[in-house]
Amino acid sequence: MSSLSTRTPTQFFVLQKTKITIFLVAMLLISWMTSAFTSFELGDAFRAIPEVVAWTFTRFVPDARAFERLPRIFSRLVDTIFMSIMASTVAAVVSFPFALFGSRTTRINGFLAVFSRGIASINRNIPVAAWAMIFLLSFGQSSFTGFLALFFATFGFLTRAFMETIDEASASSVEALRAVGASYPQIIAQAVIPGTMPQMISWMLYMIELNIRSATLVGLLTGSGIGFLFDFYYKGRQYGTASLIVICIVVVVLGIEYISNRLRRVIL
Amino acid sequence: MALLEVQSLTKHYGEARALSDVSFTIKKGQFVAVIGPSGSGKTTLIRCINRLIEPTSGSVKYNKENLLELKGQELRHARARLGMIFQHYNLVPRLTVIENVLHGRLGYKSTFAGVIGRYTEEEKEKAVEVLRLLGLEEYVYRRCDQLSGGQKQRVGIARALVQDPRMILCDEPISSLDPSSSKIIMDYLRKIQVELGITILVNLHQVDVAKKYSERILGFNSGKKVFDGAPAKLDADTIHDIYGTEAGELIID
Repeated sequence: MSSLSTRTPTQFFVLQKTKITIFLVAMLLISWMTSAFTSFELGDAFRAIPEVVAWTFTRFVPDARAFERLPRIFSRLVDTIFMSIMASTVAAVVSFPFALFGSRTTRINGFLAVFSRGIASINRNIPVAAWAMIFLLSFGQSSFTGFLALFFATFGFLTRAFMETIDEASASSVEALRAVGASYPQIIAQAVIPGTMPQMISWMLYMIELNIRSATLVGLLTGSGIGFLFDFYYKGRQYGTASLIVICIVVVVLGIEYISNRLRRVIL
Repeated sequence: MALLEVQSLTKHYGEARALSDVSFTIKKGQFVAVIGPSGSGKTTLIRCINRLIEPTSGSVKYNKENLLELKGQELRHARARLGMIFQHYNLVPRLTVIENVLHGRLGYKSTFAGVIGRYTEEEKEKAVEVLRLLGLEEYVYRRCDQLSGGQKQRVGIARALVQDPRMILCDEPISSLDPSSSKIIMDYLRKIQVELGITILVNLHQVDVAKKYSERILGFNSGKKVFDGAPAKLDADTIHDIYGTEAGELIID
């Protein structure tokens, strides 16, 4: 209110526009400085595009040998899909109690709330690739390492998402059930779970989609699943097979996304 | 006979005083309205009675039992005998009407029976009977998110009624409703009071509604009780006292 009395509308809008201009100039300056610092030449990158496209379409296309390897690709792909689904569902189950204790609506005491929120936050902020590296040291190259990496990152994310879902969807009905004298387990079973389940399943489906993408990268690092196979053929300069693997991954990701969107429409 | 005795009830949030030293008693079967501007402590008062908000000090005797001394199981049982309805209905929207109504029985059940939702035949019949009383017999198996605001509030009343309460606390029950639904809800509250003898304590924003329906009005300003008397005694000056002089000409004048 006070700003209205001290400056005219014209001055106000000049100030607003100046702020936006300064912001844009700063952005340009930062991107120029960082590319200079990392000696990244935007011009060179753009000039290389035709060459890259040409290479992709001549060398990086599936050949006859690649199709012979399709069964092997499929079996690795199925492994990867199952690993993502397993990591996401197990993480969802483990996240639920943490979300209950961490949520403002259903927390039991301050200590448990801070504890669950803290654990979730640490897990969420370590990227999945970093988790893979950490577990690589103790468990070596195996699909269990891949599973653990996906599990911990998913757990952190889902705990946070579930906490927000609980606060958003069930705060009012939790209050009503407290008022009728319901006990804590009754409140969870009768108000929180029925009120939030569809939203939580939707989050879990999202994580399954996301994890199939990350599983490729994690597999590359941990020597398991489709990521490993890609790495193997790529380094062996078998670009035909490597390209078929990329195509398969894209198809699977799109397929899973389609299925989970359909599921979402049914449950929400 | 006094059903509810509130004595020196006080609630502080740090420095802020939401309720200061509030005392009153309510007789069995009375219809009492609480009025006052936003932030005057109406909602805090209602929630301090059943301890959805923990009061700082004072006492609340309901059925001769001091609710502020109760713990765990005892508090659950006391709450089971005290109904409450809310401005935003506070139902589980994805559940059906009858499931929401039966939630009113949870305070009487063992934790296990409540968790798996095992209700007796009598409880289910009682729920349907209450819904019939409130004109919702066609909506028994309908999901609550398909109902209108007025219908949702009636489900809220039904949930309170299956508790077999002596008293129902109503926190701004008509503030989210249109005038015609508001009238229906207020008429049902009066019907419950007259026919079932249930005591009603209701927070209202509308002075005219409070005057029309209640036998007694409590006026609040800045957490203090500034008026307590029959609706007839509530004249323009008193209303200005309750709502503050800054308000100048009030819309109801």
